[in-house]
Amino acid sequence: MQAHHPTSLGEALAAVATGARPLAGGTDLMVEVNFGHDRPDHVVGLRRVPELKTWEGNRIGSAVTWRRIERDGPNALAQAARTVGSPQIRNAGTIGGNLATASPAGDGHPFIAAVDASIELVSQSGSRVVPWHEFFTGVKKTSIAPGELIASVVLPAELPDRHEFGKVGVRSAMVISTVCAVVTRNPDGRTTVALGSVAPTPMRAVRAEQMISSITTPSTSDLDEFRRLVSEEVSPITDHRSTEEYRRHAAGTLARRLLERCLR
Amino acid sequence: MTAPTRQRPTTGEAGIGTSPVRPDGVSKVQGTFAYAQDLERPDMLWGATVRSPHPHARVIGIDIAPALAIGGVHAVITADDVPGRGVFGLEHPDQPVLADETVAFWGEPVAVVAAEDEETARRAAAAVVVEYEELEPSVDPEEADRADDVFRRMRIRRGDQTLRGEVVVEGVYEVGMQDQAPLGTEAGLAVPDGQGGVDLYATSQFVHVDQEQVVASLGLRPEQVRAHPTGVGGAFGAREDVNLHIHLCMLALHTGRPVKMVYSRAESFTGHVHRHPAKMWYRHEADREGRLVRVEARILIDGGAYASTTSAVLANACYFAVGPYRADSVSVDGVGTRTNNPPCGAMRGFGAVQVCVGYEAQMDRLAEELGIDPLELRRRNALATGDRMPTTGQVIETPLPVLEVIDSLAAMPLPDAAPGTDLPGGSGLTTEPQHVIRGVGYAFGIKNLAFSEGSDDYAEARVRLAEEGAVVETAAIEVGQGLVTVLAQITRSALGVSRAVVRHVDTSRIGSAGSTSASRQTQMSGGATLEAATRLRDRILERHSGDDLTDEGVVRGDDVVVPMTDLIAEAWEETVTFRHPATEPSDGDGQGRVHADFAVAGHRAVVDVDPELGLVNVVRVDTVQDVGRALNPESVRGQIEGGILQGVGLAVMEELVIEDGVIRNPTFTDYLLPTILDAPDVEALLIEQDGSWGPYGAKGVGEPPTISSTAAVAAAIRAASGKPIHRVPVRPQDIAF
Amino acid sequence: MIVEFTLNGEPAQARVVSPVSLLDVLRDQLQLPGSKSACAQGECGSCSVVFDGEVICSCLVMAVDVAGSSVTTVEGLGEPGVLNAVQEAMVDAGAVQCGFCTPGIVVAATELFNANPSPDVEEIKEALAGNICRCTGYGAIVRALQGLAEGSR
Repeated sequence: MQAHHPTSLGEALAAVATGARPLAGGTDLMVEVNFGHDRPDHVVGLRRVPELKTWEGNRIGSAVTWRRIERDGPNALAQAARTVGSPQIRNAGTIGGNLATASPAGDGHPFIAAVDASIELVSQSGSRVVPWHEFFTGVKKTSIAPGELIASVVLPAELPDRHEFGKVGVRSAMVISTVCAVVTRNPDGRTTVALGSVAPTPMRAVRAEQMISSITTPSTSDLDEFRRLVSEEVSPITDHRSTEEYRRHAAGTLARRLLERCLR
Repeated sequence: MTAPTRQRPTTGEAGIGTSPVRPDGVSKVQGTFAYAQDLERPDMLWGATVRSPHPHARVIGIDIAPALAIGGVHAVITADDVPGRGVFGLEHPDQPVLADETVAFWGEPVAVVAAEDEETARRAAAAVVVEYEELEPSVDPEEADRADDVFRRMRIRRGDQTLRGEVVVEGVYEVGMQDQAPLGTEAGLAVPDGQGGVDLYATSQFVHVDQEQVVASLGLRPEQVRAHPTGVGGAFGAREDVNLHIHLCMLALHTGRPVKMVYSRAESFTGHVHRHPAKMWYRHEADREGRLVRVEARILIDGGAYASTTSAVLANACYFAVGPYRADSVSVDGVGTRTNNPPCGAMRGFGAVQVCVGYEAQMDRLAEELGIDPLELRRRNALATGDRMPTTGQVIETPLPVLEVIDSLAAMPLPDAAPGTDLPGGSGLTTEPQHVIRGVGYAFGIKNLAFSEGSDDYAEARVRLAEEGAVVETAAIEVGQGLVTVLAQITRSALGVSRAVVRHVDTSRIGSAGSTSASRQTQMSGGATLEAATRLRDRILERHSGDDLTDEGVVRGDDVVVPMTDLIAEAWEETVTFRHPATEPSDGDGQGRVHADFAVAGHRAVVDVDPELGLVNVVRVDTVQDVGRALNPESVRGQIEGGILQGVGLAVMEELVIEDGVIRNPTFTDYLLPTILDAPDVEALLIEQDGSWGPYGAKGVGEPPTISSTAAVAAAIRAASGKPIHRVPVRPQDIAF
Repeated sequence: MIVEFTLNGEPAQARVVSPVSLLDVLRDQLQLPGSKSACAQGECGSCSVVFDGEVICSCLVMAVDVAGSSVTTVEGLGEPGVLNAVQEAMVDAGAVQCGFCTPGIVVAATELFNANPSPDVEEIKEALAGNICRCTGYGAIVRALQGLAEGSR
């Protein structure tokens, strides 16, 4: 068993370059270890790397915990943060870890998709900024290359005027989402809607966005149409947590409600 | 002859009727209380289990060599190595200790290993190569019923079968598979005694039956196996059957070393039995005034792969299929099927939970059909002491305050109508007040207390005087319910001393206390303790011609004539075996004096429902419960609040999802237990009436809170959503569509 | 490798040869069985400890990553042999049944009260939302902590 405890980004990247597995909050990786699905013997702890814990303006370091985002994040991202696991999980788990795991149900993903955020990846040979839709490549798959670490999440310089998050689950706290979503809205009507748990990766309901963005004061029937389009655009599955039919229904219903909140 | 029993003060310093702090409370908040998980021996090995990945398969061959080749592995044991009886089971031994020719459920143990540490043991278990030929699993209980692949059929006929009512409602109801999910998983330590015997310290509800089964399967003499009560992290029925007990003892004797085993959560979900899933067909017929004329029910519960307690659970479901109501004519047909689904057995409520979901939905529908208030309909049919049970015909001899429960519950104040701060969807922010409709639902349930159908149900306890005070010795298992508190309270009250402690002793040092189940230990071990303490006091006073026994010793007139130190030196003790009034098996029509006692409870659930998304917040559940006598009001309240939350869990979130015999959610991520944010407020009213045979008239209180709380939540969801809701747990799609 | 850290205020070390959790090290190597293992995936809170000032699930901390950190377990709360206010309130209010969840709840609640001596009921529930109790229905736990909070107002 080999472990690195770097205190600078350079040291961390050097360790990653030798094949060490990045370890941030540990809240995903250790579940795999505890269940015998994974047994890393060479890890690099990222908790002590100041560069990764820095949150400056629109750049959120990958090792920033959900607890901090819950307190300090922009509205919809803070709302999402509050639904990540338990208080214990939020004290340890990080936004970068959530991205690296790339679960279809990742609670932080819809916000990132809704505001068109990018992911900053860094390695010993430099850094690159990847748009969110290129970052997620499949169920638990990302475009992180060997030797790379997630450095930060880069939000747009200006966030939409309104943004609201919601998550459907059958327990009041600590639940994997059946559907989660973020809707953003600007005074000029520009609207985005991003959803989780309804496709292999977080997705945008583009047709619904286009339809509603052109309407500055949506009527009830516009909202109904928006909802219908969202339900139509998502591609959920049936599993032990829910059914395809319910997820479609919930996606549209939730998106509509979030839009209504943005319009208030 | 002993002197006549004197009337003892029944309340006072930490006696009955008070709520002294738990004797184990301090060690539990400090983290020093020793659970089975925490036991250690310096030279101990760790065990692990090889489990079937198939719900049904033929075992072609097992290659243990790769596991034995791993350094630190001391033993790999298969069915061939079981020295005694190859099967175990609480009622009908039919479950292989280790699967022999076939595996019959997903996760069935095939081999066990022992190694120097836990990780090596698990690696060794993974290295055992088992060759299977997969077989078609039987996973549809209704098909199993048609094929007559069943553990028991049950038939109840009472009254004139030709009677018909003017108003008829029919319905089909389903209950999903609930898990007890005690926080402590199965764990234990077996220590060989060096002379061919073994001492077992393992999670349990019933050490004497563990001991018997180990003896049988290891082919040992009874005195060679001692099962010791140990710290248990919750039970709720999951620990009535043995699981790792025989395996641990085999490994310990095989290796000559102590062996410890702790199940992972996933193993725990396959390693113990679950609450039976049920399907129920009901037909209720009433006259225009709402009097039940006839109830017909067909009840199917799936027992899964092995017998466990399916026979008894099925019987209970059938005996209580009408609920706490009178009916002139009753017909119940029940079946407990055998399939390749996970084995089911005991869970808090034991068959009475499932049928309550059915009959209470029927009562509400009948009320609607008749245009009668649902509570009024229940009042008109309420069973009372002196009535015959609608199913068995047994005359109810102990207090059964059904009407009082209904009236008291109806009289409890309702909360404000507006949704509170907690909304459906919780932290997910799905729901705003304008999306919410409130619903209120009532349900009432009845269940037997202690064992039934002619079983020789007894509990032994010993009370002796020692330096530390009056000591109660028992093998009755404390699973968290507070037995260690209440037995000491009974002893204080009965003996007249202020210092009393409960000491658990192993199976070689005391007779059986029976199982910590069926709500029975306060009545049974409590009954034994009361009688032992009373007899002890009477004997001491008779011997020393005393008037009273106090902490100081024997008192005659105003003087202490024999100091307590002398009494302790005289080594006074008394051992009692307590039996409740005898029961008998029912006849071919389900008739007979089947049950020892009954308890009734009612629940009123207030729920906020978001009908569009199908989300529910259970705002509060108020309850009235028939407790006979509350020996420890705080413990009773603890049982009520905990039991209600398990009922709420079954109503809205707790279900093991089985697909083709495989459990799809054997983790706490996907088997959802209610959190503190899901817990409703609870107001509880206790009805105390004299007349039960329990100590001081106490009735068991553990199960009634779970019996009708689920049905009450379902009724409230029905009221709010207008949806029929014929199945629990209620899923969002059941409300939204 | 040897991992050195501060445990309940004292220097501690553990020999770690695999990616085991802090919980396993506490229980199996450092003779601190107070933290309980019940789900191994951060969904029950039974293994809660204070880790560099935050309550976390020790089952999800890789032991090798504890180097240089400070860990407080249930055994390290308050003065030796004396219950802290949360522990005392829990015992007095009958908030303990089987007790398997209790150490985790005591750790989480103690941290809550350290940060906020008079939390309201919503704050109490929020802080304990990650601690599953299967026995009590939480009623007595809430009453215990509410009483404690009111006492300090």
